[in-house]
Amino acid sequence: MSHFLDRLLFFRKVKGEFAGGHGQTTREDRAWEEAYRQRWQHDKVVRSTHGVNCTGSCSWKIYVKDGLVTWETQQTDYPRTRPDLPNHEPRGCPRGASYSWYLYSANRLKHPMVRARLLRLWREARAANADPVAAWASIVEDPAKAREYKARRGLGGLVRAGWEEVNEIIAAANVYTAKRYGPDRIIGFSPIPAMSMVSYAAGSRYLSLIGGVCLSFYDWYCDLPPSSPMTWGEQTDVPESADWYNAKFIMMWGSNVPQTRTPDAHFMTEARYNGTKIVVCSPDYAEATKFADLWLSPKQGTDAALAMALGHVVLKEFHVERPTPYFVDYCRRYTDMPMLVELEPGGPGGLTPGRYLRASDLDGACGQNGHADWKTLACAEADDRIVAPQGSIGFRWDKSGRWNLEERDGTSGEEVRLRLSLIGAHDKVAEVAFPYFGGVAHEFFSANGASPEILLRKVPARRVRLADGREVLAATVFDLLVAHYGVDRGLDDPGTAKTYEDDMPYTPAWQEPITGVKAADVIRVAREFADNAARTEGRSMVILGAGLNHWYHMDMNYRGIINLLMMCGCIGQSGGGWAHYVGQEKLRPQAGWLPVAFALDWVRPPRQMNGTSFFYAHTDQWRYEKLKVDEILSPLADPQRWQGSLIDFNVRAERMGWLPSAPQLDRNPLEVVRAARAAGRDPKEYVVEQLRAGTLRMACEDPDHPDNFPRNLFVWRSNLLGSSGKGHEYFLKHFLGTSDGVQGRDLGEDGAQRPTEVVWREPAPEGKLDLLVTIDFRMSTTCLYSDIVLPTATWYEKDDLNTSDMHPFIHPLSEAVDPAWESRSDWEIFKGIAAAFSRAAEGHLGLEEDIVAVPLLHDTPAELAQPKDVRDWKKGECDPIPGRTMPGFAVVERDYPATYRRFVSVGPLLDKLGNAVKGVSWETAGEIQGLGELNGRHAAGEGVEGRPRMETAIQAAETILSLAPETNGEVAVKAWAALERVTGREHAHLAAPKRDTRIRFRDIQAQPRKIITAPTWSGIESEEVCYNAGWTNVHERIPWRTLTGRQQFYQDHEWMRAFGEGFAQYRPPVNTRTWQNIAERRPNGNREIVLNWITPHQKWGIHSTYSDNLLMLTLSRGGPIVWISEVDARKAGIVDNDWIEVFNVNGAVVARAVVSQRVREGMAMMYHAQERIVNTPGSEITGARGGIHNSVTRAVVKPTHMIGGYAQQSYGFNYYGTVGSNRDEFVVVRKMARVDWLEGDDTSILSQGYTR
Amino acid sequence: MDFWNNLLFGYYPYIAGTVFLVGSLVRFDMSQYTWKTGSSQLLDSGPRFRRASNWFHVGFILLFFGHLIGLLMPHSWYPYFGLTVESKQILAMTAGGVFGLAILGGGGVLLHRRLTDPRVRAQSTRMDVFILVLLYVQLILGLLTIPVSAAHLNGAEMIALSDWAQRIVTFRPGAAAFVAHVPWVYKVHLFLGLTVFLVFPFTRLVHIWSAPIWYLGRRYQIVRTRG
Repeated sequence: MSHFLDRLLFFRKVKGEFAGGHGQTTREDRAWEEAYRQRWQHDKVVRSTHGVNCTGSCSWKIYVKDGLVTWETQQTDYPRTRPDLPNHEPRGCPRGASYSWYLYSANRLKHPMVRARLLRLWREARAANADPVAAWASIVEDPAKAREYKARRGLGGLVRAGWEEVNEIIAAANVYTAKRYGPDRIIGFSPIPAMSMVSYAAGSRYLSLIGGVCLSFYDWYCDLPPSSPMTWGEQTDVPESADWYNAKFIMMWGSNVPQTRTPDAHFMTEARYNGTKIVVCSPDYAEATKFADLWLSPKQGTDAALAMALGHVVLKEFHVERPTPYFVDYCRRYTDMPMLVELEPGGPGGLTPGRYLRASDLDGACGQNGHADWKTLACAEADDRIVAPQGSIGFRWDKSGRWNLEERDGTSGEEVRLRLSLIGAHDKVAEVAFPYFGGVAHEFFSANGASPEILLRKVPARRVRLADGREVLAATVFDLLVAHYGVDRGLDDPGTAKTYEDDMPYTPAWQEPITGVKAADVIRVAREFADNAARTEGRSMVILGAGLNHWYHMDMNYRGIINLLMMCGCIGQSGGGWAHYVGQEKLRPQAGWLPVAFALDWVRPPRQMNGTSFFYAHTDQWRYEKLKVDEILSPLADPQRWQGSLIDFNVRAERMGWLPSAPQLDRNPLEVVRAARAAGRDPKEYVVEQLRAGTLRMACEDPDHPDNFPRNLFVWRSNLLGSSGKGHEYFLKHFLGTSDGVQGRDLGEDGAQRPTEVVWREPAPEGKLDLLVTIDFRMSTTCLYSDIVLPTATWYEKDDLNTSDMHPFIHPLSEAVDPAWESRSDWEIFKGIAAAFSRAAEGHLGLEEDIVAVPLLHDTPAELAQPKDVRDWKKGECDPIPGRTMPGFAVVERDYPATYRRFVSVGPLLDKLGNAVKGVSWETAGEIQGLGELNGRHAAGEGVEGRPRMETAIQAAETILSLAPETNGEVAVKAWAALERVTGREHAHLAAPKRDTRIRFRDIQAQPRKIITAPTWSGIESEEVCYNAGWTNVHERIPWRTLTGRQQFYQDHEWMRAFGEGFAQYRPPVNTRTWQNIAERRPNGNREIVLNWITPHQKWGIHSTYSDNLLMLTLSRGGPIVWISEVDARKAGIVDNDWIEVFNVNGAVVARAVVSQRVREGMAMMYHAQERIVNTPGSEITGARGGIHNSVTRAVVKPTHMIGGYAQQSYGFNYYGTVGSNRDEFVVVRKMARVDWLEGDDTSILSQGYTR
Repeated sequence: MDFWNNLLFGYYPYIAGTVFLVGSLVRFDMSQYTWKTGSSQLLDSGPRFRRASNWFHVGFILLFFGHLIGLLMPHSWYPYFGLTVESKQILAMTAGGVFGLAILGGGGVLLHRRLTDPRVRAQSTRMDVFILVLLYVQLILGLLTIPVSAAHLNGAEMIALSDWAQRIVTFRPGAAAFVAHVPWVYKVHLFLGLTVFLVFPFTRLVHIWSAPIWYLGRRYQIVRTRG
């Protein structure tokens, strides 16, 4: 009652004693305890998650008190697993637990902001022009005005503005750009739709409606392993983390599970309790190493050598000397090992592996009429006849219903057992040449030059007479593979190793000088790995990640490991397989999301572009290219045939329809159609004709022409410039036109050889972008460089969907509190922009026709476009045939003033054309009908009468959930039925029991729900097995979506062979030469050392998110850090916590040194994406503030990733294409002499004109 | 002049005393979370600070009790302690001088620290600074009374002051008249002393009420009963 009166009872408060007088019971007021109770009391708990790029997808309780989010804790109510499997929770990590800090922090974006100089120009222009589009034109068409605001990007000076005003600026810029240059000059970049699919869809829907371009991210982040589409025809499909528990042997290889998969790491611990053996493979003593029974530490970047040696041991012991029945049977059914490959002329021995033989090569085409070019051949074991077995990709599209992996002859349907090896049945032992790169010299990597660059090996082959009269030799992939690995077959081959001690590719002894791993360890791991797989039918698993995939030759690292898994029959088996956990959060309800995200309900096809090639071209990184094509070419290829620079190869790929283009044509596509119509021509024919004549060109041939600049860029859910922008300083210089740290000179200045397919323009353009709009909840580095910054709702302030590849549940993000201050959800932001655009378009853009170029897409019949060889129509090698020898073209009608109305309603194309995913399509009118009833329909007078509403984020989520087979049992049944027609097998049992299941938004808010098994994915959801990739391929006999229909050890495309990658092998990192012209040239008095630049994922953040969060900064060192080894530190005179500078010709980074025995000598490790807005002083090299980890990198593209129109090597958005690798980079490291914070004083800041 | 003398030394003591008692009570009951020392030791705890703090606190405790006893002890009790009026004055001057010098040194360091240490300064309220300055000025005034007293070693003024104090606390009228003629330095010292009582409930001085001396004898475990 009264604290004072209580005190008056001082002498009466003791009630008794206990514990022999050591304790006392008292009668005292306990009201103070309320304070502690209140501290943990709240008004409500709401389920949400973190829409961050971590694959976590963890269910969290968000606590709300007095209308504010107070804190978050882990939810523990996941549906239970089966009795013999640990449960999924708890899921979460310290980063997620610190998220609520952001909501009310100083770094939160609270209001729309505009670059002050642009706003002043805009208001002046607007006062002079009644029409906003004319106002925008008056700014960007005046070079002085454009320069005025572009040059200030990144230098502060953002001021508040109202939503209406900023939306008008954006809309005016978009309308102007679409009208003047073409809608494909409006670009959007947003990554990982799975982390918040509705928010992604908001921007991509707007862009797709107006004809803008969405950029892919997975390739650009270098998280896409092209080896996956090459081998399986699948972007990436992986086991869920619970499946680790089923494994008996796990290799964690370049993947730091406890640090980067924190919520899943408990399964690793549980697997250990369960007796699983664990081998960790990482150059540094990474956190994951604590799980290891054995730690292998290969030198960074040499993992492929280790993988090849492991494969050598497995092939020798388990396939050649004592064939394991399980392995042999698996490889025969599920890999391309029995397929026949033509041996074509080449190399000193006269022969080299060519392409797979096809049915069409034979007289009578093996009885095949449809797509005989795309049916591979093999030898029957019983009678040695050559057959075209079922399942190759030709069967997928020939309507025969024989696209399956039953062991049958594709013509007669009879059972046929294929011959793995021709040995014993061969006509001749051929001497076949294989390229060898292990001897390629590199200043910082040890080569094994004991063998020549061309290896000759003996391969059993048989003679085949072809339809064109030639008689050729053919060998099976198995025989070629064994020869390639250098395993002795008893063919008296001096080129193969007799023992593991022979220093001959690819023995355990051979790899030792390259990797530094003891040969004995390699032999032991290989034996245990394979032995375990043989005993358990494939329960050996490799978890691999960015540490391997971010190298230029990542395909080699990956394919080396994938080969090991395939040899041991681990793919598609519970507890086994390839667990690549990098970047791709699995967008489970993909089929429902696609139409919402790309407006497929209104207009098809959408414009999509591969991010890496886009940024490589438009940030002008190609102008600085140091890597020459002949450095990466196979010694077996004729250098004369492979001329040009890397961008030339990219241009050829775009021209042949392999890769997409953005912008597409060098003229406004709206005007192109108008011109065609005016000439009375069909626009598609008109375009092809003009392209052939050269009067119309593809924009990629002249990326520096102002007509081909990307003009407007939206960045949302992304920190492009603070995190993923490889070649950061080139972005600043050419893309943004502001101050930059580029130290090197371009090819023109260097007098080096220039590209031949693209126009070289002088001077190099600066400031290509007219408008950069970034949408974020925090003031990220990208925001600081933007012209307009829009404040979005945080993950606790919006309704959305979230899924992951690490578990099979679908999660909500929920609006626990209203978006704070003036922020709005992404869905509302793009609705607002769409409405402003519709208004601004009036009088400028009406009902328009647009011509869209579409590359030859995977999972469509176009993947069968270019079967045998490569021909460029531009060089007259073939005719330009759209959709076959060049991109397809489609005329799309856009109703610009109706953009908003279309945005908020489900359009009619789904009723008419149905829905599809990964080549499986079904009708879906019933779901649209149901959506109208669920979401309500638009009334008369709204322009979209009777269409289902999609005005709110929840309505968009319901649309996704209703249309996807993963969340709507009825659709799942339809989708499986559609696939049954192609495979000719029954699959309906996988979904039939779930037919009545409908997962709605409120269901997942109540509890995360497990999805329904769908043909979108190759694993199943069941009570018997965990989700595991390739499961339906093996157990349902559904072919992989590759040329052979099987997992491919061999890649037979002409470019693959030319670049020496028909088979996996070891290739040392490429030489980027970026340190050579700068080391020791700009002394500051301290010693300089050159180190390999390794940028792994963070411990204290998820990419850049959380790296500016006070709680995480407190746990870490509170600013940018670079790890170096004790040895290197000693060499350079650096002690722990010194300020150091890291630089090369690309730019400079400053950070504090962490000197640690964990780090391997020769590498500098900087956790990638530490925000440069925190604790970053000035650089001695650039004179400006120190950069980010990407300031010293530059993207380098690889020609084999550009291949298209060729079965699994066909383009798909985020599926195939060039990737932005960055691990081959070297940097100069030295201690700083002077740490200048560049703070100036109040007066100097004013005089710099930062603010206005 | 009478009016002011009466107001400042006849009525003001009751105003200050009332605010002191009622204010402390209200704050204790209504605002337990503010009932604290507001210690800045966490921010800066060097040996210099610790020494100064001890000098300051010990000096003040002794000075406080010296004043309390010296002013309120009935004059008739002096002989029982072997004191005469004159010797008591010498004692008061000596003890007050010694303790005062201790505070002068310790408090000087604390005041300097509070004003110049950036961390301490940043977390100080205006009242924290004000009360420390007030105490320091009051201390200097107290020390300044010593030379004045030394000029009148007969104890008359000391008796006048203690008469004033005893009349005030026993609610007898006419207290103000006793100090009407003492030198100005005593008056200012008295006035500021009363002011310290006046502002007491609004400052961190409230911690004086709650010195945790009982902690020394507490049991290992104390269990509070429900209700």
